[in-house]
Amino acid sequence: MKDTSQLRQKKMLADHFGRLARTEETGEKSVYTFVPGNLTELILSFDLLPVLPEINALQSGMRGKSREYIAVAERLGHSEDVCTYVKSDIGMMKSGNVGPTGERLPAPSLLLLSYTGCFTFLKWFELLKEEYHCPIVMLHVPYQGDGKITESMRTYVVEQLRRKVIPLMEEVSGRAYDEDRLKEALALSAKAEDDLVWVLESAKNRPSPIDAYFGGVYYIGPMFSAFRGTQGAVDYYQSLRSEIEQRVRERRGPLTPDGELENERYRVVVEGPPNWTSFREFWKMFADEGAVVVASTYTKVGGVYDTGFRHDPEHPLETLADYCMGCYTNLSLPQRVSMLARYVTDYGADGFLINSVKSCNSFSAGQLHILREVENRVGRPGGFIESDLVDPRYFSASNIKNRLESYFQMIEQKRSGGASA
Amino acid sequence: MSWDAFRSPSELAARAEELYRDYRLPAVREWKKTSSGPAVGYMPIYVPRELLHSQGALPVGILGGGDDLEIIRGDAFYQSYICHIPRSTIELGLNGSFDCLDGMLFPAICDVIRNLSGIWRMQFPGKLVRYLDVPQDFDRDLGGAFYRRELEELSRELVAHGGKPYDKEALRRSIATFNENRALVRDLYALRQAEPWRVPTSELYCVLRASLVVPVQESTVLLRRYRLLAGSASDRSPMDQARVVFTGAFCEQPPLGLIKTLERAGCYIVEDDFLQVHRFLRHDIPTDGDPLENLVVAFLEDAIASPTRYIDRDEKGRDLLERVAASGAEGVLFGAPSFCDPALLDQPMVVKALEREGVPWTAFKYSENGGQFQVIREQAGTFADSIKLWSEV
Repeated sequence: MKDTSQLRQKKMLADHFGRLARTEETGEKSVYTFVPGNLTELILSFDLLPVLPEINALQSGMRGKSREYIAVAERLGHSEDVCTYVKSDIGMMKSGNVGPTGERLPAPSLLLLSYTGCFTFLKWFELLKEEYHCPIVMLHVPYQGDGKITESMRTYVVEQLRRKVIPLMEEVSGRAYDEDRLKEALALSAKAEDDLVWVLESAKNRPSPIDAYFGGVYYIGPMFSAFRGTQGAVDYYQSLRSEIEQRVRERRGPLTPDGELENERYRVVVEGPPNWTSFREFWKMFADEGAVVVASTYTKVGGVYDTGFRHDPEHPLETLADYCMGCYTNLSLPQRVSMLARYVTDYGADGFLINSVKSCNSFSAGQLHILREVENRVGRPGGFIESDLVDPRYFSASNIKNRLESYFQMIEQKRSGGASA
Repeated sequence: MSWDAFRSPSELAARAEELYRDYRLPAVREWKKTSSGPAVGYMPIYVPRELLHSQGALPVGILGGGDDLEIIRGDAFYQSYICHIPRSTIELGLNGSFDCLDGMLFPAICDVIRNLSGIWRMQFPGKLVRYLDVPQDFDRDLGGAFYRRELEELSRELVAHGGKPYDKEALRRSIATFNENRALVRDLYALRQAEPWRVPTSELYCVLRASLVVPVQESTVLLRRYRLLAGSASDRSPMDQARVVFTGAFCEQPPLGLIKTLERAGCYIVEDDFLQVHRFLRHDIPTDGDPLENLVVAFLEDAIASPTRYIDRDEKGRDLLERVAASGAEGVLFGAPSFCDPALLDQPMVVKALEREGVPWTAFKYSENGGQFQVIREQAGTFADSIKLWSEV
């Protein structure tokens, strides 16, 4: 039985992909862009429809299609060493570009490369540019190497928006930039962001009413994809919040693949994206042990809101710039370490786990260092498992299960004082 | 080091190899005895060395370790599916080899090098550590304005770490000094293209790599001496080798043994991506006008089509085709480090361009610490033979 919010999200997605499938009849135009640093409010203000290749890739992983798509890309000369999101996307495109709902995705009217927190994005869109003969524009979002957003960085992003991105959107859409419309959308974003943060922070309760990783990826869906800045997203997050409020009142645990978790035995924080090809199996490995993920960094990849940032309608372009620069993978390693340490403490976690995925250097390079640093700061055990985003060849269920079991045993041992004996 | 004392190019190259393989950076330590400025390491590809030099800093090219460096602690920082250069670099940082460096610059090459900058910051507090976020927008008033502000910030950080204040005239002089150095590199590449038997890449590589760990004035003496000795070597004569471009090796460097293997397998490397900082800018940087702006414009408008740059206007692979034509190469070797995103993600696009023009190519991967080249030797030998066979037809 699905919750009202789940049904609502399902309908939102079905409607969106339905609109995408009908663009040839309706004349609507689509923009291919990325989740981190997405400019959804701006895109929608021009009545353009976002398409997010990473979402398509992860959906291909969940639908069991990515193995075949990756094989197609590798036959075309793509290395086995590189990002499997890219290869899954290329393979999907070469196989007819059928999206997650089984309907064909339209070719883009515009490629909007938001180069935020991931070098591979540059190459990904260079590859797409070779396939599609449509306008392309790039938004270079500077990295927070010094752990802060400077006025210089903000100016650079705002000026690119003003002088490159917006004029091209005007050209492609045939509409003039409407700042009032953008402001209205940004105000709706902020409302939805309030509720999303409330939902994610509800995991501070004991028992946690949510799983902030496996369940969290569903909660971030509307916010990170095509709906931020819409009334639909506001309604979704209000509905979700009401459901979670009720769970808190009733002291109920989170939903898992096998129903509600009744006995919360371990509270952990997770760093890194999930594996999508065996998502349910992966989740069950936690749930079977009574482990709940109370906070995760992956649910910040499309925007970090729990440190106070909200889209600000009074400064529309500046707020978009700050949003882009603040996404999780655009943070420096010291910032990431601080965030994880804070999560472990604030959410009363027993420890933290890193799921290191082979595909994503932006996440993975440095995670072993993060592991040691966070352990040193919080004095609680860290665990390390390895898998991949959408390449099933890199998901070894028995290895991961063994590691997780050992990790939870370690927590037990610490609780009983065994570690200090 | 008295480079002028050498009488043969191979002896000079052997000394250069010895110098660059000494990871404790003896020339930097020597420099610090008489200089008060900071020594600042930089990761491969490109940094504005002229600015550092003008403020009394010594730029030092850090290109990881090689096949002779045992990795003890570096592997604890990186998973098996991440390239090798960050683990050897952190190894050298932790084992004290780089204690003579007052700072490190990490240019925007890829996410691995970007994240290494964060590790460095945590491991070596108090040192100058900067991620050099070069623009991917190449318009002067957008990316250019941003880059100028980045350089101004770098300049201030240099001062905070013992460098001299920014001085326009000093920067002009430094630009001229590096222009002279780059011109010598271009000249050596031209000589190798014209008469590759005179300038074996395995020698040139050592000379160019040693050039990155000595002061620029010494590098200029070294390059000039090698040019003279190689250009006049009477004991070197042409062989029946295939002329190839070696591309993909712009960050993590191949072991020297691999370069020698390719040469022994029948290839003259007449164009390459090694040690790109030497040739990242195609021409001299002007010394008149605003020198800081000249650095910015050179980066925006005169840089090579490195895989680390977003190619927004040109066709992918066009630059490589031009290099093939200009160097008279008969084929292309793609030699990319394992797990190198910029090189490996580029490869399918560039291969497409080569195939469209009928340029033969082959591909392999390497690691900077690799020691077994038999398979690559056979592959490169077959490739060279096939080129020679085709050219006879």
